[in-house]
Amino acid sequence: MSTAIAIEPPARESSPSGLSVGNHPSAGVRTCETTGLPVCLTAQQFIRLNAVIAVVALLAGGVAALLVGLTRWPTVHLLDPVWYYRLVTFHGLNMLIFWILFMEIGILYFAATTLLNTRLFSKSLAWTSFAMMLSGAVLVDVTILLGKADVMMTSYVPLKAHSNFYLGIILVAVGTLIGVGNFFGTLYIAKRDKTYIGSVPLVVFGATAAAIIAVVTLLHGAIVMIPTWLWSLDVIKHVDAGWYRLIWWGLGHQSQQVNVCAMVSVWYMLGTITTGAKPINQAVCRGAFVLYILFINLASAHHLLVDPGVGASWKIWNTSYAMYLAVLASMIHGFTVPASVEVAMRKKGHNRGLFGWLAAAPWKNPGFSAFFLSLLIFGFIGGITGVTLGTQQINILAHNTLRIPGHFHSTVVGGTSLAFMGLAYYVVPLIFKREFYARGLARIQPYIFAVGIVIMSLGMSFAGSYGVPRRHWDVQFAGAQFAAGFGSGAHVMLGIMGVGVVLAFVGLITFVLLVVAAVFFGKKIENRPMTAW
Amino acid sequence: MSIHVPEETWFKPPSGAERTWIGLALAWCLVLSIMMPYWHFKGKQNSTGDSYSVTPTAFGARVEQFVKTNKVGETNGIPIVEPSPGGDAYLQAQMWRWYPVLKLKEGQTYRLHVSSMDLQHGFSLLPMNMNFQVLPGYDHVLTITPTIKGEYSIVCNEFCGIGHHLMTGKIVVE
Ligand code: HEM
Ligand SMILES: [Cu+2]
Ligand SMILES: [Cu+2]
Repeated sequence: MSTAIAIEPPARESSPSGLSVGNHPSAGVRTCETTGLPVCLTAQQFIRLNAVIAVVALLAGGVAALLVGLTRWPTVHLLDPVWYYRLVTFHGLNMLIFWILFMEIGILYFAATTLLNTRLFSKSLAWTSFAMMLSGAVLVDVTILLGKADVMMTSYVPLKAHSNFYLGIILVAVGTLIGVGNFFGTLYIAKRDKTYIGSVPLVVFGATAAAIIAVVTLLHGAIVMIPTWLWSLDVIKHVDAGWYRLIWWGLGHQSQQVNVCAMVSVWYMLGTITTGAKPINQAVCRGAFVLYILFINLASAHHLLVDPGVGASWKIWNTSYAMYLAVLASMIHGFTVPASVEVAMRKKGHNRGLFGWLAAAPWKNPGFSAFFLSLLIFGFIGGITGVTLGTQQINILAHNTLRIPGHFHSTVVGGTSLAFMGLAYYVVPLIFKREFYARGLARIQPYIFAVGIVIMSLGMSFAGSYGVPRRHWDVQFAGAQFAAGFGSGAHVMLGIMGVGVVLAFVGLITFVLLVVAAVFFGKKIENRPMTAW
Repeated sequence: MSIHVPEETWFKPPSGAERTWIGLALAWCLVLSIMMPYWHFKGKQNSTGDSYSVTPTAFGARVEQFVKTNKVGETNGIPIVEPSPGGDAYLQAQMWRWYPVLKLKEGQTYRLHVSSMDLQHGFSLLPMNMNFQVLPGYDHVLTITPTIKGEYSIVCNEFCGIGHHLMTGKIVVE
């Protein structure tokens, strides 16, 4: 798109005269030259800090992903078993926890301050949160790389890591909780100081849903991680394996719903920024976010479908009625988001045929392509595989096989991470105020990453359907007591996965290089709008 | 717009295509919700989670007793054990082997007790591809009826330390 972003200042759409004054201290705010939105300078500082660490984690996790992926490709079989298991642990934590959480704290700060025209609640809380998260992440990474925590991201007891591993995770979790608290504080002062009139914008509503689920999630994390940490210090003698799994998945699954809420909010935001999309009915969109809050906790049962200790009726109840109401929410967003883009495009005159509006969409804008590809991958591959795997009988075929990473690389990677990449194409010019180099490369980056992840996900899923385990160094079982192995079909699928791994890595490293080059060496954007994508 | 404060009257019931879609999606979710218990009764493969609490030592003793009474041979240094048809069979998971080798009869139903002596393990039966979680402290009872003769391998699909990928076992169905 060659036109600049057309966004009016944050006024009530019905009465622009109702524009409120913010509560910013003098010199604590600037007006964005591109969007006209107010930017709290303290929030901007912490959005930058969190985004930088997020990208560092993405890079670290990405390098590990390449090495791990090339090990799972039987013809390459790159790493030795020790480093394979170590880097699977490292990859899971850096990606799923650090990259995602640092991004999300940045998104929460942005949504609360800029969209509500308020200052950040507390600078010292923001520092505390950031320092705790960062030191926790460093502690975890160092402990893993020293070989003291080869336990996978799930650290299922009684597999034991060095106590610093659990301590690091607790630090990250508490730091995140403090950041979320800062978000709620910001909502509070915005309301108190009447910096906006009426209801909060949809994106803030979605971010709030994410924050609420995050609190519940992190409480589960505290309940399970603190005893486990004490157990690793020999203070507690025993942590029950079944109990650990039950509570851990209260953390592990719900945190995925935080990611979904954050991703959907980013979809709405990028839809608006890139095409001027406007939700058809906000009550529907908001209602869907509420469904996430209400029902997602119970759905974590689908991780325990083939576990002992929990009975059939418990499994059925939690994974049917409750999970499908959360699925309903995604079905609703999957309709309302593209529908809002369609309406906006048709309004601009792109009316040819059923899909003329889609063909005319700004596909060269990486903010748009990343957002829309994320929507497609999450909806068609991630969502469908997820609902399938969550049924009692199919789970017997899929539990702990490569079908599981096949599924979640199309939700949290092809979905959430890709949407966050799309967001970065605006965060860098608007918050870091730097231009991108190699804009042509930036335009194709989302496609490379998306295609790579889709190929990898499908390869994993089909290999898994033969029973190929996840987190497993040798599908040939060389040297095992009894021979075991897989036919050529599974090997072909692992090869396809390997190709996808390489392609996805190229997409990822392109993204990291573009962002690093822009943030540190990009042309400064002062007193002018960003160059439109 | 989604980044702006909405119009005053944003709360309105869904209409048009949106309403139809929500109706369809809800109906589909209800169908899925009903299918879940329906298949539990109609389908033949379920994970009921049938389990009892047991200490690893007690479970180990039961396994030894089971092996002593029902041993019919040995392979690779591991006893081959043939449980009485319709009776209880035991499988012990430990770093990094499945113990013992089981010899089952086609068409007979067994109560297969699986538990771990140490870490969590993953019971994965190949090439059938059926997977169950194995936890220390839990006697996980799988009621199984083998329907196809042959040799099956058991691999471990829950990470259990550096020898995880070497943990294999065997079930023979005659
Ligand atoms: C270039 C991009 C990526 C590639 C090539 C990649 C590849 C892989 C591979 C090969 C595995 C190991 C599967 C196994 O052996 O069990 C894996 C596991 C995993 N990946 Fe990724 N991945 C990528 C990005 C991401 C991102 C962005 C996230 C999270 C936001 C993520 C989250 C995970 C998690 C949670 C696991 C499971 C680790 C475990 O089993 O403990 N990945 N990935
Ligand atoms: Cu094992
Ligand atoms: Cu194992």
